[in-house]
Order: sequence, then C-alpha cells, then structure tokens
Amino acid sequence: MDFQLTDDQRALRAGMRELLERRFPRTRLRAVVDGDAERGAELDRALWRELGAAGLFALRVPESAGGVGLGLPEAVLAFEEAGRALLPGPLVATELAAGLSGLWAAVGAVPGSSQAGLSGLAAGAVQGETVVTALDVEGARAPVEHLVSADAVLALGPVAVELIPAAEVACAAEPMRSVDPATPLHRTGPIRTRRDQAGPGRSGIAARLRREAALLTAAQQLGSASRTVELAVDHAKRRTQFGRPIGAFQAVQHLCAQMLVRAESSRSVVYAAAVTEDPGDIAAAKLLADEAAVHNARDCLQVHGGMGFTWEADVHLHLKRAWVRAGQWQCAAAAEEELAAGLVSTVERCL
Amino acid sequence: MDLAFTEDEEGFRHRLRAWLADVLPTLPDRPHPADWPGRRAYDCGWQRMLHDAGYAGLHWPEDAGGQGATPTQHLIFLEETERAGAPYVGAGFVGLLHAGPTIAAEGTPEQRARWLPPILRGDEVWCQGFSEPDAGSDLASLRTRAVRDGDTYVVSGSKIWTSHAEIADWCELLVRTAPVNADTPKHRGITWLALPMDAPGVTVRSLRTLAGTAEFAEVFLDEVRVPVGHRVGEENDGWRVTMVTLSFERGTAFVGEVVACRRVLEALARTAKANGRWDDAVLRRRLGRLAAECAALWRLTQWNVSEAQRTGGVPGVGGSVFKLRFSQVRQELYEAAAEVLGPDALDAGQEWVADRLSSLSYTIAAGTSQIQRNIVAERILGLPKGR
Ligand SMILES: Cc1cc2nc3c(=O)[nH]c(=O)nc-3n(C[C@H](O)[C@H](O)[C@H](O)COP(=O)(O)OP(=O)(O)OC[C@H]3O[C@@H](n4cnc5c(N)ncnc54)[C@H](O)[C@@H]3O)c2cc1C
Repeated sequence: MDFQLTDDQRALRAGMRELLERRFPRTRLRAVVDGDAERGAELDRALWRELGAAGLFALRVPESAGGVGLGLPEAVLAFEEAGRALLPGPLVATELAAGLSGLWAAVGAVPGSSQAGLSGLAAGAVQGETVVTALDVEGARAPVEHLVSADAVLALGPVAVELIPAAEVACAAEPMRSVDPATPLHRTGPIRTRRDQAGPGRSGIAARLRREAALLTAAQQLGSASRTVELAVDHAKRRTQFGRPIGAFQAVQHLCAQMLVRAESSRSVVYAAAVTEDPGDIAAAKLLADEAAVHNARDCLQVHGGMGFTWEADVHLHLKRAWVRAGQWQCAAAAEEELAAGLVSTVERCL
Repeated sequence: MDLAFTEDEEGFRHRLRAWLADVLPTLPDRPHPADWPGRRAYDCGWQRMLHDAGYAGLHWPEDAGGQGATPTQHLIFLEETERAGAPYVGAGFVGLLHAGPTIAAEGTPEQRARWLPPILRGDEVWCQGFSEPDAGSDLASLRTRAVRDGDTYVVSGSKIWTSHAEIADWCELLVRTAPVNADTPKHRGITWLALPMDAPGVTVRSLRTLAGTAEFAEVFLDEVRVPVGHRVGEENDGWRVTMVTLSFERGTAFVGEVVACRRVLEALARTAKANGRWDDAVLRRRLGRLAAECAALWRLTQWNVSEAQRTGGVPGVGGSVFKLRFSQVRQELYEAAAEVLGPDALDAGQEWVADRLSSLSYTIAAGTSQIQRNIVAERILGLPKGR
C-alpha cells in the first residue's frame, strides 16, 4: 500500500495548474462573471479546444482511440485543479462523452441518428471540439448547465445512455436566472430516453457513468474547498485589526483550521474512491466534498468580513458553484441513503 | 496512489490472522474495570503472548528489540487485532507508544537495555506524568521541581490525570530543573526523567472519572530521589525530548479505534433495523453520513501511514488533522447511538454506554481540540502566533 501521489501524478497536477493559471487566470474568471449576462453565458470555445488539446477530456480514453490512456485517479487530479480555478463549463459531461468513443459498441446507437454521427460527437469531445452537457433523466431535478453552448446532451436514463443533439433538448427547456453567474442553467421538462428498458441498474453503463460523474464533481468540490482555505489564510495573514493580523486571533485561526480538516478529510476519500471505484466510497466522496466546498466557502466569507460579502471578492463564486455542484449527480440525501444501505447489506465489511 | 497490499503485506496479514484465531479463544475473561491487579495481569499477559509470537514492538526499530516492521505492516497489525476483537493495548499504552520509542530514540545504550526489554515482554508498565494541576494545555509551565544533589535529583511537586498510575512501575516524568526567568524561557528548563513508582515519597491517589471508574490518578512527589542516570536526554532539554514523545502518540495511536467506529456503526444500523428506528429517514441518513465520516477517518489514516512510510517513519502533521476529526466523529457516533437505542441509552449497565462516556475524553486528552486547532493554524497553515 502506498496511498500517496506518484511522481507522474504530481507532475500531471502541476501541469494542469500551470495551464489553468496561464489560460484561465483570475482576470478571465472575472471577465466571465462581470461581463454582460448574455456574453457571460457563452462558453469560450477556444479555451475549450485548448483544454481538449492539453488532454483534459482524453485522460481516460485509451491510447488506441487517440487518448492519454490514464485512469480515474488522474482524471480526479485534473478536475480538482479545474475546481480550484473555478473553470466554468460542462467539464464532467464532456469528459464522460469523450470516454464513450471507446465504449460505443457497449452503448449502442440511438434510433434515428447514425452511429457515425454519434461516434463523431464523442470523438469531438475528446479533442474539445464538441461541448457536451448532461441531463440525468432519473434524477430529473438538477437543471442542465451550459445548454445554449452545448452541441449535445448526454442523457442518462435508468439504464440507457444517449447523446441527444442539444437543440432538441433546448426547445423544451426554460432558462433560469442561475445563482452562479458562470454557470447558465436550464430547467427541462420530463424527458424519457428512447431506449430504456428494465435491466441491472447498478451494473449498467448508466450507473457507472453516474458514479464517475459524482466522483469527478466531488473532485472539483475538493479543489474549490482547498482553494478557499488558501484564500482565507492569505487574507488572515494580510488583514490587520487591533494592531495585528487577524490570523493571530484564535477565533479566526480555528475557523481556518476546521477548513483544512474538512478539505483534507474529503481529499482522502475522493482519492481513495478514485482508486477503488467502489460505490460506497464514491458516495462518501461526494457527500464530504460537497460539504467541504460549501462550508469552506462560507467560512472563507466570514474570514473576509465585509469584503467577503462583495461581488468583488471571489468567495461568493466558490460558494455558488459549490451549491450548483452539490445539486448535481449524487446529492446529499441519495449519498446518505446509499451509505446507510451499505451498513446493513453486509454482515462484516472491510473499512 | 495504490491501495493494494503487496504480497509480503498480505502474507503478514494471513499469518497474523491465523495466529489470532488460535490464541484468542485461550484468553481468560476480561477483568472488571475496577479490578486493577486483574487488569494489569490481563494486559501484561496479552503483551507476553504478542512477545512470544514475535509481534511485540512491531513498529520499533530492530536495534531497540522491535521487529522493524513498516508502518503499513503496523497498520495491518492494528486493523487485524481490532477486527478479531483482540485485547486493547491497555496498560501497555505509555510504554509501547510513548516512553519506549522515546528511550529508543534518545536513551543511552544502558537505558535502552534496562527499560526496553521489560516493556516488550509485558513485565513492566509505564505511565505518563506530564500534566499538573496548573499545567495542562500549557504544559511548559509545569512546576514540579527537581534539584540536583550529587548524583540524584530530588523531586517535589504533583502530577494529575496520570492514567494507569495505580499499576505502573515507571513514570515518564517531566520536571523543572531551571527556574523560569528572563534568560530561561519556560520550555527551556524542563528535564525528562524515568521515575520508579515505588520510590519513597511517591503517593498515588485515585481519581474517579465521570464514567464512575478510576482511570487516572493524582501523583504526589515529596522529595523523591531519582538517580541522574534515569535522565533521558540532557538536563533542561526535556521539552525537545517531549516533542519526540508526543509525535509518537499522534502517529498510529487511534488506528484500532477507527476500525471500531465502523464496527459500532454497523452494529448500530443492525440494531435500528431490528427495533424499527431504521424507518426514520432522518436517523437513517445520519447513520449514512457517519459511514462517510468513518471512511474518511480510515483513508486519512492510510494517507498518514503512507506518508510516514515515505518519510522514514516520522509521523507527519496529518496527526492533528486526523485527531480533530476523529474525536468529533467518535462523539457524534455515540450521540447517534443514543438516538437509535432510546431509553436504553440511560442504562449504565449497557457496555456501549461506558464507551459513550469515555468518548467524551477524546476532545480533551492528548491535547484538547482547541490546542490541536492552534497547532493546525500555526504550524500547518502558517498563521501568526496566536492570541
Ligand atoms: C482520560 C484522560 C486521560 C489523561 N491521561 C493523562 C496521562 O496519562 N498523563 C498526563 O500527563 N496527562 C493526562 N491527561 C491530561 C490531558 O493531557 C489534559 O487534560 C489536557 O492536556 C488538557 O489540560 P487541562 O486538563 O489542564 O485543561 P486546561 O488546559 O485547563 O483547558 C481547559 C479548557 O481551556 C481550553 N484552553 C486552554 N488553553 C487554551 C488555549 N491556549 N487556547 C484555546 N483554548 C485553550 C482547553 O481547550 C479546554 O477547553 C489525561 C486527560 C484525560 C481526560
């Protein structure tokens, strides 16, 4: 057992951080959220292609299919960095769609659309040429993100998985005024996937994609949770009151310490879940990472005082994105029920 | 990142498992908590069995009489023994996890030869005499004095909350050997001594815990003569030696209890199913959340152990992060238990009620949660020295 990052994994994470610092610096983020609502809603296609070229969506695609051929742990590290930088866009859905290019036989074609066309979409996702968002038909309550910018919608039914042209979903969808200025959201009406049939829900491909989506979302939450610790600590060192840095006050120190405890606890389960891919581990990862992202953002806001309540500070962007992600994929109630079921389903289970 | 165990590690696990299956049924019944001599005999007997089977001081270096096992093997050992329901380290705690490793790291060859083998064999029991009535969190302000008289120290003062003092042979004792003044800050004048508990002038007075049991005691020291040869490390250098000691305590001290948390939680869920409380979605979800917390504690443990393995066995700063989360989760677990069990939660005859009570000490003993947060804030996050 060696539960530490390998040198290659560290290098991958550093490379991703460097790329995002260069291509999506804070000024870009601010341009997205401070721009007019219309333009802010649009995804930066050039950046998307660059992310594709850098291999963000292809990390898990086999080398034979033009990918990088790595695993879930590497994808988790990359998505952690994306979360840290508050990179907007349907990253998870596009990554999952890219993975489908190699799995196409297992998924099968969608009636009324050519297999070639769908494979093309998936291949485009690998390169960052196509933007794919997601719709969890079973969950049904999470709004669809970035629908207007998307080319296709990855629709997950109880069992089946489909890629639907985005326009088809958009015509029956209603835009929301999204709480997160960098994540446009649409409400959709009831949609049924075309090919759904009864089957082994937990072992099917839809179930697998759902778990991977939950984990990659948790990874972004982890990145955000770690970033808000840094923001709070930086501020606590610089801001002076009563003649000393506020970070010298124990009330502030203890807020920061608890933030670190939350971030590190969720890191340990997110990384472990990436290695084991166990449904229980993934549920724990999503639950704790959601909690860490939301609560750390709130504590970070507190440490920033009045400044924290302004549009100008980035803290609210972390909090709002954390809310959006917490509502996506396996949300708290579902994760807790999954974990509770795990407690009684086994007589003697390993930790 | 690799969570799989090597063939060697798996082999170790299987041999240990087989041995545990053989020996555990031969153990006598556990003595009553109030039966001090019985507890000592039981804990020492178990240590002797471990010793004879080659499991004593697993994580100690070989030149100190240990097995030189890797941190991962030690993790497996703690996991397997807890899972098999083997006895807890009990009275051996301070000797095996504190004093022994400290003597191994800082002691002279004679001191190692004198004190280490009896700890490993379960022949001698140690206790920890750090805290004083006026020096708990602020340990460096301790006042118990040791005055040099030829080749002995004459020690006077008192210690408090000393666990297992009633049955200990030795005490790792912190004393003040230099007065606090402008040139000697308070943590500079401290010295680490091995005190024989049967020396004239040592009086132990038992204290009753909130669980009604006698877990710890007050120790009064009235002109007790301790040979200078019992000093570990240099005179006035005891604070540094103590930091070495404490780093051992936070290393893997709680592994067994993390395994226990998960077992308790599973038992709780089964109880809730049996008594109908499981139908309460709020309670069920609360137990589900605790399962996530248990998973996090276990993964944090694996993370810290892997880190220690890479850095050569030195427990990292992750210990404080872990302890903060662990002590809180452990208490929440028993709060949930009370909700599952309803009126039975008020029956002190139930075994788990004693565990519930003892969980209340976790945010206090071995450094309170507030002190741990100070450590995290200042030493890990680099915030300015606190006020
Ligand atoms: C079950 C048990 C077993 C123990 N066994 C041993 C043993 O074997 N040997 C031994 O030497 N000791 C032992 N202890 C003592 C233990 O280490 C101390 O109780 C602990 O360090 C706290 O010290 P205190 O009791 O003096 O509390 P205090 O230091 O008086 O603390 C009281 C409260 O004030 C808070 N506080 C104090 N200072 C600060 C600060 N700077 N910032 C914020 N808050 C602060 C504390 O967090 C706590 O809430 C044991 C304690 C328990 C409960």
